[in-house]
Amino acid sequence: MQWINHELYIAPIDAYIDPIKPVDKAIITHGHADHARPGHQKVLASRQTIDIMKIRYGEKSATSFQSMEFGKPLRINDVTITLHPAGHILGSAQISIEYRGQRVVVTGDYKTIPDSSAQAFEIIKCDLFVTEATFGLPIFQHPSPHNEINNLLKSISGQPNRTHLIGVYSLGKAQRVISLLREAGYDHPIFIHGALEKLCDYYSSEGINLGLLRKALAQDKETMKGAVVMAPPSALRDRWSRRLMDPIICQASGWMTIKQRAKRSGVELPLIISDHADWNELTSTIDSTEADTIWVTHGREDALVHWCKLNRKNAEPLRLQGRDEELEI
Amino acid sequence: MKRFSQLLVTLILKTSRNDKISVLSEYFKYTPDPDRGYALGALTGTLSNPGIKPSLLRTLVAERIDQELFNLSYDYVGDLAETVSLIWPDTAPYKEKLPSIAEFISKMEGTPKAKLSALISSFLDNANSNERWAMIKFATGGLRVGVSARLAKTALAAYSGCLLEDIEKVWHGLTPPYIGLFEWLDGKTGIPKIQHTRTFHPMMLANPLNIEQDFDRLDPNDFQAEWKWDGIRVQAVFDESNKQLYSRTGDDISRAFPDIVGELNGKAVLDGELLVGENFKALPFNQLQQRLNRKSPTKMHLKNYPAFIRVYDMLFYNEDDIRDLPLKIRRQKLEDWMKQVKNSRLDISEILDFDSWSRLAELRTEKADTLGHEGVLIKDLQSKYSPGRPKGPWFKWKRDPKFLDGVMMYAQRGHGRRSSFYSDYTFGIWRGNELVPIGKAYSGFTDEELVMLDKWVRGNTLNRFGPVREVRKELVVELAFDSAHASSRHKSGIALRFPRINRIRWDKPAQEADTTETITSIM
Repeated sequence: MQWINHELYIAPIDAYIDPIKPVDKAIITHGHADHARPGHQKVLASRQTIDIMKIRYGEKSATSFQSMEFGKPLRINDVTITLHPAGHILGSAQISIEYRGQRVVVTGDYKTIPDSSAQAFEIIKCDLFVTEATFGLPIFQHPSPHNEINNLLKSISGQPNRTHLIGVYSLGKAQRVISLLREAGYDHPIFIHGALEKLCDYYSSEGINLGLLRKALAQDKETMKGAVVMAPPSALRDRWSRRLMDPIICQASGWMTIKQRAKRSGVELPLIISDHADWNELTSTIDSTEADTIWVTHGREDALVHWCKLNRKNAEPLRLQGRDEELEI
Repeated sequence: MKRFSQLLVTLILKTSRNDKISVLSEYFKYTPDPDRGYALGALTGTLSNPGIKPSLLRTLVAERIDQELFNLSYDYVGDLAETVSLIWPDTAPYKEKLPSIAEFISKMEGTPKAKLSALISSFLDNANSNERWAMIKFATGGLRVGVSARLAKTALAAYSGCLLEDIEKVWHGLTPPYIGLFEWLDGKTGIPKIQHTRTFHPMMLANPLNIEQDFDRLDPNDFQAEWKWDGIRVQAVFDESNKQLYSRTGDDISRAFPDIVGELNGKAVLDGELLVGENFKALPFNQLQQRLNRKSPTKMHLKNYPAFIRVYDMLFYNEDDIRDLPLKIRRQKLEDWMKQVKNSRLDISEILDFDSWSRLAELRTEKADTLGHEGVLIKDLQSKYSPGRPKGPWFKWKRDPKFLDGVMMYAQRGHGRRSSFYSDYTFGIWRGNELVPIGKAYSGFTDEELVMLDKWVRGNTLNRFGPVREVRKELVVELAFDSAHASSRHKSGIALRFPRINRIRWDKPAQEADTTETITSIM
């Protein structure tokens, strides 16, 4: 494929997908900081991704924004661009690009299991599939999130005098965990760190049921006894958490699969809840796209590339710069 | 096994000591015999198991998973049990009940070698990933869940109300599944009877000396000082018919030292340092290492490296427990006993003559290189022999370290808490234009420095050999070590005693690292 290169630059329309440096034209898959960056001239993305970029970086974080609806193609010169849901977070999109009879799909980050806080992933058949590989090792086989939420609820009812402090990334993971708790029937107020507020408000305004949320900052220890408090992982062992009653440190992340990793981060109750595809989702999605060429980006590229080759597909690692795995908690 | 796996998962994630004790107490209280006793044995490392070898696990996995995918996963996780438990395909259509620990052990023991693979596979098929992890940990030994034997015993004391001290006194006379111990802990019988002159007794250890604080408040007249020898601490437990030698951790090492054990006469329990050399003249540690590396010695080893014990202390005089008598009296009894009973491989530790701390300081540096000791021990003359490392009565004052600048050559992942970090490093020094390995070091840095070192290793990898990465020969590290000796173990021909990282010299060019000549000159 001559017209798209390893930096995900699409020559015929002079545009980059998720560029790490400011460019003239950027197509953005979703609002996480390692994909959406401020300072581009023109940004093309889903309406919700644009909203999120404006919330995080300001109204002027790009010179102009153009929003697209999922499934509605946009033609520029001979190139047709279509966004399809990626199931990763609210507004996250796979970018489909068609040019001269060939289709390329760039997933950004994705997961295929149901999530009421994001649009459901769609399989798009293509010639070249550019997939993420955050959990691209066969050791990553995420359990059902409902199972993890049950463990959390059991722990909450078993230790009513302690506060469950859950480390969550402020965009996506926080709202997903809250909405999973609500689906499981947990109807107490949930206390949130200031860093989560704006994005939780935004999710609520988009019709995601997050129930009653309260600011953790304004409360005393006694109020949050027995409650669920959510904060970004960086705040877990910060001075911020000293205000809590004998907290049980929890973290919701696919990385929690590895016990030693959970232990090292001082996590007492790991919740394996991931917004990325696990190994089985990655491999079955690759199969379903029927693509004969696979490019593997950020994550554990080597294993997925190896798997592709075992399954007679052309595969290359992209090793994109600037994708930080630790950000994707 | 279900309960046991829940126990291990909880333990590994708990950081507070009190939480661990309470989780363990619950387990011991509510788990029936003999499972709780086997679990106790696994936690304290006293359970010898038929054992799954790591190679067998690898073979089983290789039948199910592509080799390269397994290797990449293992490299990422760093821990074999965890990798296997996560990667094992969950294909069983329905799961049978998991065996109890006792059933697990008896099935493993009752199965011929040829059928062991099938048995283990069926266990793993029936388990979830946490249970697989616990079973593999149990069967391969070495749980690494952050529980020391001491902590497990503390939990026994906590649930039963018995004294930890009493548990320690009988502990080494008992074996898994500890039925008699639990009967006593449950209040059904009295304390188990053990044969004291046939059992290992936990040793008393010294604390490092804090020169600024300790010398000011301590009167030299209240203390006795001895050389701290650089061998291995041992306990000799013997009577007419039964003669045993134990390491500091209570492992029976009698078979490796028939030259000592065969020559033990009389009846006593003695504490001392095992060394090698003719006529009680101690050779450097790396010569002793020739003996430590083998389960039983060859004739050549017995001839070239004859072993002996430099006796520090006496715990039992004949059958009398003298551990609660003051050191001064124990020493007197030891001297009397040594005069009465002929023992060709026992040599009493010399008491150093000093009247002030400054005089002792002189002695400590004067003889360090000529005698090859590693410093001095300072012991309160009134001290009882109390197991563990009580604060106050005994101090060790090690010789000052030496330093060299080495270049990092290889790095390997650590274990346990460090399992995804490159934390074990091989360093080299210059011989002409060539870097030659001088030894490994994996301590002496902070957690923050570990993160930086790990990042450096990943960014500067030249080659991978299994779990080992070869790195660019650019990072200089100042190593501290106690002494250097000639050795064929490393290509440099030099071995370091207790090498550890003193500081990382991010600033120093590799060309300015030390050379074999400079190190040879200080040997």
